[in-house]
Amino acid sequence: MAEFERHSYDVVVIGAGGAGLRSAIAAHEAGARTAVVCKSLLGKAHTVMAEGGAAAAMGNLWPEDNWKVHFRDTMRGGKMLNHWRMAQLHAQEAPDRVLELETWGALFDRTPDGLISQRDFGGHRYARLAHVGDRTGLEMIRTLQQRAVALGIDVYMECTVTELLKDGDRISGAFAYWRESGRFLVFEAPAVILATGGIGKSYQVTSNSWEYTGDGHALAIRAGASLINMEFVQFHPTGMVWPLSVRGLLVTESVRGDGGILKNSEGERFMFNYIPEFFKAETADTVEEADGWYEDKKNNRRPPELLPRDEVARAINSEIKAGRGSPHGGVFLDIASRRTPDYIKRRLPSMYHQFKELAGVDITKEQMEIGPTCHYVMGGVEVDPDTGMSKIDGLFAAGEVSGGMHGSNRLGGNSLSDLLVFGKRCGDGAADYAAKVASARPTIDDTAVETASETALLPFSDSGSENPYTVQKDLQETMQSLVGIIRRENELQESLTKLQELKKRLPQVAVEGNRQYNPGWHLALDLHNMLAVSECIATAALERTESRGGHTREDHPGASDDWAKLNLVLTMGDDGDVVLARQSLPQMPDELIELIETQS
Amino acid sequence: MGYDLAMRVWRGDVDGGELKDFTVPVDEGEVVLDAIHRLQATQAGDLAVRWNCKAGKCGSCSAEVNGRPQLMCMTRLSDYEPTETLTVTPLRAFPIIRDLVTDVSYNYEKARELPAFAPAEPDADGKRRMMQADVERGQEFRKCIECFLCQNTCHVIRDHEENKPAFAGPRFFLRYAELDMHPLDTNDRRKLAQDAAGLGMCNITKCCSEVCPEGIKITDNAIIPMKERVADRKYDPLVWLGSKIRRRTDERTEL
Repeated sequence: MAEFERHSYDVVVIGAGGAGLRSAIAAHEAGARTAVVCKSLLGKAHTVMAEGGAAAAMGNLWPEDNWKVHFRDTMRGGKMLNHWRMAQLHAQEAPDRVLELETWGALFDRTPDGLISQRDFGGHRYARLAHVGDRTGLEMIRTLQQRAVALGIDVYMECTVTELLKDGDRISGAFAYWRESGRFLVFEAPAVILATGGIGKSYQVTSNSWEYTGDGHALAIRAGASLINMEFVQFHPTGMVWPLSVRGLLVTESVRGDGGILKNSEGERFMFNYIPEFFKAETADTVEEADGWYEDKKNNRRPPELLPRDEVARAINSEIKAGRGSPHGGVFLDIASRRTPDYIKRRLPSMYHQFKELAGVDITKEQMEIGPTCHYVMGGVEVDPDTGMSKIDGLFAAGEVSGGMHGSNRLGGNSLSDLLVFGKRCGDGAADYAAKVASARPTIDDTAVETASETALLPFSDSGSENPYTVQKDLQETMQSLVGIIRRENELQESLTKLQELKKRLPQVAVEGNRQYNPGWHLALDLHNMLAVSECIATAALERTESRGGHTREDHPGASDDWAKLNLVLTMGDDGDVVLARQSLPQMPDELIELIETQS
Repeated sequence: MGYDLAMRVWRGDVDGGELKDFTVPVDEGEVVLDAIHRLQATQAGDLAVRWNCKAGKCGSCSAEVNGRPQLMCMTRLSDYEPTETLTVTPLRAFPIIRDLVTDVSYNYEKARELPAFAPAEPDADGKRRMMQADVERGQEFRKCIECFLCQNTCHVIRDHEENKPAFAGPRFFLRYAELDMHPLDTNDRRKLAQDAAGLGMCNITKCCSEVCPEGIKITDNAIIPMKERVADRKYDPLVWLGSKIRRRTDERTEL
């Protein structure tokens, strides 16, 4: 067989966003020989686009805040479908993980006392998000990147993993190609951490970058691991809608956290009409109370604009459908009439810049036009909460690619903290596992390597004439129109038929040019992952006959008590088709149930 | 309204290449990267280009548009006449990999040479206190998205490959300045900035500041203050005496 470049490590991390870098730092510090493999240059991962902040109950502004309140908010935001243990660990450990970033050089915005400042966000009872203006993700990734570089961790940039390798039932490494040269390489490692982020590129309108092709989800399910909660996809309420060039681009929730409100074409502040029963007790029902809340949280309830994202996105969708939308098919987000230009520019510099440069809109003077955009997948690899290990020995997952933490809907700000908390836990877990198997390391199966290389080169054979960009476009249209924010049984069935047709076109995908830095080829390979993940989403969405969080069924409105106890679990059968099973939610301990009930 | 855009795009690799002519249909409100993407999807599937966020936040899609270093995702087509031909070429200061993609590893090597942040001990409650006014200077520099347009533009290295080993470039002067001005850092990086990073080779022509898509005042707020601090250290007789009798004159450790 062909000889490929080979590298041996204890832990290989796939992905260099917040979760990947944090887990690599943890694994390295735990003594494991660690490498990071990432599709882009270091520092460009999707975390860089996170804007609002990292949620952590540090109590710097509101001493009443603590992990118990954060835990409760997270569980209720996820409509109680979250894995309780993940939500607990997350709420408990987030403050330490954020403080640690400061030790590594992060410069968060400060309170008047010189502590890390915290900002209001949807679904959070207190101002809780550590932030740097509206570019918190950039600060986080730069801090972690600089830390990883200082520790001397090996980074394989612009290198894409296409297959995980196994020795029997356990992980033995990964197969990858260098994007620059197109040459293959093999990583030998007993532990692999997936930190590949999300799936948004399967949709037409998304805030996600090209990298979000569900690589980790697909690698995991192909390697025999299970995915849970895949029916839950978060549509962020506020994406840009105009010009078309930037449709879907994120407009941070901080705009609402800092005082922005939503209006329809009639100038009505419509969110008061969409307060669900579940959140009535904690949501303001008058303009006076809502506006009073920013300064006085004790005597006022939260404005309805700061309901969890699923609620706000659905409300916007309804307004547009009812014919009360903005000229370009969104609604209006207004902060200009509510805050001074100085305040807006200081708190939301990136948003000011983004609208000014890309839409010619001055947000200190004019309203923004916004609409829902595919933003985040709650579903992901089913993992052990404490160590991040999947059902497959040696395979770990952290961050967006893992499932369970956010239940059916993620609260804003809980993603950056999720990356840190479970990144560290995963790094520790993987290093620990690698040390345990050090005396009997798994070995690489040369046949599997050979197969992986042949599969990767298929688009160069003369087997067909499908353009990968066209297949991607067709996939995006299918997911957008049939498995979008509002779902129906017949459309979901139709989507599955269409996905099967797309699957049949995959072997016909052909690319021009050679193996050197060839985006057409890279996309042809990514398409396999995008399709596998799309099938998982559509299959689970068809099965769950209720509406909850990021899954809304027009034909089954409202949440059901039976479904409240169930997770949907997906695995892959021998024929490559997705297999679905129902699984009971893990039982929450009484003392945590009490936390949720006593404070509501 | 949409129109047909005339483009010339550099295509080739390390062995050479040339500008190729294309006609690309474009729409209202689009940016140069949209046109490049359409070109890729319909006419040149293997056109090599780096991009990630398409929102001016990641700094991946740096190129030269009609000779000017820019982020393609933030360059609106409406800035040009519809009749104008847009010429898109790769960054000139870095070696070509393919088409619009260059080898920017120089920047990652320079990043590795930089001593890490070394904070003072936290307060008794485990927290660290810094005032907003004191972190703001550093925050300006940390807006850097590492697009390397400043590095590409800096004439010390743009046409002088031989200067690269001794010169870290504007992006890293920014980083030295950020750490030097960090309220909690305990290292003194002035000597290192001057000697190893080649701060002295910069003659403040401000080209870097002009191309910064984040509007960071690299020269005024980072490089010039750094140069002044280096000069203070070098020519202050007390500091000179202090360094001779091996006593630290402030609490920072020299690197």
